[in-house]
Amino acid sequence: MSNITEKQGAKTGRRIKFGTDWSYAAAPETSKIRIEPRYDLFINGKFVPPVKGEYFDTINPANEKKLAEVAKGTAEDVDKAVKAARRAYEKTWSKLAPKERAKYIYRIARIVQQRSRELAVFESTDGGKPIRESRDVDIPLAAAHFFYYAGWADKLDYAFPGRTARPVGVAGQIIPWNFPLLMAAWKIAPALATGNTVVLKPAETTPLTALKLAEAIRDADLPPGVVNIVTGAGETGAAIVNHPDVDKIAFTGSTEVGKSIQKALASTNKRYTLELGGKAANIIFEDATIDQAVEGIINGIFFNQGHVCCAGSRLLVQEGVYETVIRKLQDRMQTLIIGDPMDKNTDIGAINSKMQLEKIEQYLKIGQDEGAQLWQTSCELPSGGYFCRPSLFLNASQSHRIVQEEIFGPVVAIQTFRTPAEAVEKANNTPYGLSGGVWTDKGSKIFKITSKIRAGVIWANTYNKFDPTSPFGGYKESGMGREGGLHGLRPYVELN
Amino acid sequence: MRNGKTRNGNGNGAATHTRAPARLRAQHHPTARLPITKTYKVFIGGKFVRSESGRYYALKHPGSDQTLANVCQCTRKDFRDSVVAARNAQGTWAGASAYNRGQILYRIAEMLEGRDEQFVAEMVQQGIAQAAAQLELIASIDRLTYYAGWADKYQQVFSSVNPVASSHFNFSILEPVGVVSILCPPQSALLGMISTIAPSIVGGNTVVALAPRDLPLSAATFAEVLATSDVPAGVVNILTGERSELLEQFASHMDVNAVIYCGDDEAERGAVRAKSSLNVKRAISYDRKDWLTDDAQNPYFILDTQEVKTTWHPIGI
Repeated sequence: MSNITEKQGAKTGRRIKFGTDWSYAAAPETSKIRIEPRYDLFINGKFVPPVKGEYFDTINPANEKKLAEVAKGTAEDVDKAVKAARRAYEKTWSKLAPKERAKYIYRIARIVQQRSRELAVFESTDGGKPIRESRDVDIPLAAAHFFYYAGWADKLDYAFPGRTARPVGVAGQIIPWNFPLLMAAWKIAPALATGNTVVLKPAETTPLTALKLAEAIRDADLPPGVVNIVTGAGETGAAIVNHPDVDKIAFTGSTEVGKSIQKALASTNKRYTLELGGKAANIIFEDATIDQAVEGIINGIFFNQGHVCCAGSRLLVQEGVYETVIRKLQDRMQTLIIGDPMDKNTDIGAINSKMQLEKIEQYLKIGQDEGAQLWQTSCELPSGGYFCRPSLFLNASQSHRIVQEEIFGPVVAIQTFRTPAEAVEKANNTPYGLSGGVWTDKGSKIFKITSKIRAGVIWANTYNKFDPTSPFGGYKESGMGREGGLHGLRPYVELN
Repeated sequence: MRNGKTRNGNGNGAATHTRAPARLRAQHHPTARLPITKTYKVFIGGKFVRSESGRYYALKHPGSDQTLANVCQCTRKDFRDSVVAARNAQGTWAGASAYNRGQILYRIAEMLEGRDEQFVAEMVQQGIAQAAAQLELIASIDRLTYYAGWADKYQQVFSSVNPVASSHFNFSILEPVGVVSILCPPQSALLGMISTIAPSIVGGNTVVALAPRDLPLSAATFAEVLATSDVPAGVVNILTGERSELLEQFASHMDVNAVIYCGDDEAERGAVRAKSSLNVKRAISYDRKDWLTDDAQNPYFILDTQEVKTTWHPIGI
């Protein structure tokens, strides 16, 4: 039926207009949160001021107003945290019966669930993502991650056939600003389940939910020092990477920083896992169900403002359906509501920081300078804060920087292809290999194409789905090691 | 035979006559037959070649300065050519069925078994005691058989179906990392090399291996075994030469996905790991000297050069 309407529409030139005659009443999230004026470091089970007494501001990117000031951890603070983690590792955590370790982690999961709405509001306030996403995706998945890995703690003998798993020791973990609490859960849960202790640094633009998680960890009565949270910027992270008593580094962030960490650790015995950038191709074949594919494209690139390492930031469309896909995609994009992250109607919230907005805008210019054709939706943007219109580039070429480089914003570069082989060739022709998408109604084609794409996570007829049982991580320059699932235990154990 | 000066002038064997074992030695007798000595070559893309540079180093008889063989001193160009061959072969090799890859590894074991005396004699020539050489050869054959058997099993043991909370069929499988460069264990003529190559190729990777500097002959002869074992051209490439000249290139090449460093030199290992960061190469290092023990073989060696791929499929009508 929809096909007939489609053809008629194309013939008569009539198109359904979204977005112009429809207006939504505001639907603000009304939960109140209490934001302290100042947040300290969480070291050895207590909130303590930084040694050097310096603080930095964290702001709400939707209105550029200061939310609180947060401790700027220095090398001295990192040293205190690592010592606390080492003590906790040696005295309690590595000696605890695994089933008891499990129960502590279950407790954290439960507290995250109990405080989920509060955490969601904090997340959207500090980071700019729509409340609908923090409420329905980030926070529930974070709780699920703790719940999943808790259960592994006393079952590790079954995870590594023929081997005995031992903890590595003190894990230094550095996480990004796109999924602040969820990334903390991805890092902390498997580390604790396998018997390690943790020093974690949240991103400087989004430190608050990690500190709320510290409260949950304190309330769960974890032994002091098992988890330490040190806030700060790049220098704080470098102090963790270079600390001689850290046994393992887990980093999620840009490929550039990942490479520098790999180099910095070259002459040490530290283990490391890296979860880096991506430039995923979302491939639409002619035999795909186009309406579903369009939803997948939207979810692939506009979920979380496109601040997603596995975002479907390249769209490869088979020539025969190119015009239809572009028309439907543009129609659908026009319906996207950009605005207040705290409004439950909002589809696309605020860009996380001024720096990131400038980077995206720079790429919008680069793309046009290189000859691709920019198209943006006509929505109104809020007057304050950092916002960016959903954007697509038509006529992008494989060599364009907007095709080769990660933009990390709501911008998709579109190319076409004729044969499956050409789609695979183009999909694989970047230094990255984190994720990919394939849309076709033919099962055998799915298996053929998904097996040819050099990437760690492939979504077939879906996109941007996550689950604690599902391993996540990249090929090539998108990093090494997996997080999630059984395979996510491996980075945190020595095998004997 | 080349006997002039080498490009870097360190092939000082030009004027020295090869002092071979009695069997190969000239008898200087009117009716004696003069035996044929072997020109050792390297193995690139299924072809036996000398280094593109013409360089060689003179491998001495152990405890003597008589030349045992003029061994190719491969260059960075030889390495790059090998990577091209390995890359070209990788897709087809990874696409071969697990059963087929297992049979080919088994075939290598068969061919090696059939040439056991030659390999033992050659190891003895390089200074390894007869009994130790015998042991190393047997272990090498058995190691190939061991990994041949894993070809169609490691996937079953280490893959997973993941019970996600949404309506999707979600599974994680292993895929080869791609092209692997290997700096083979320096103290082992054959077993160390086989113990690192076999787990890489059984998992669908293609490799470029640098033979041990001072024990290169078994590696070069092993290439002849590979060439007659149905191993497709380019799947295994074997170079000889100076580790110090090639070490960084093995780690820095942008079309190599993983590098295996064997040895215990901290500076070398650090350099390999640092250069690996250029393309986020997986840097694996083994410092074991003894490859004869049981713990020198297990499926976790295969996993070292595997990636985990997770695929999501909706369940619906």
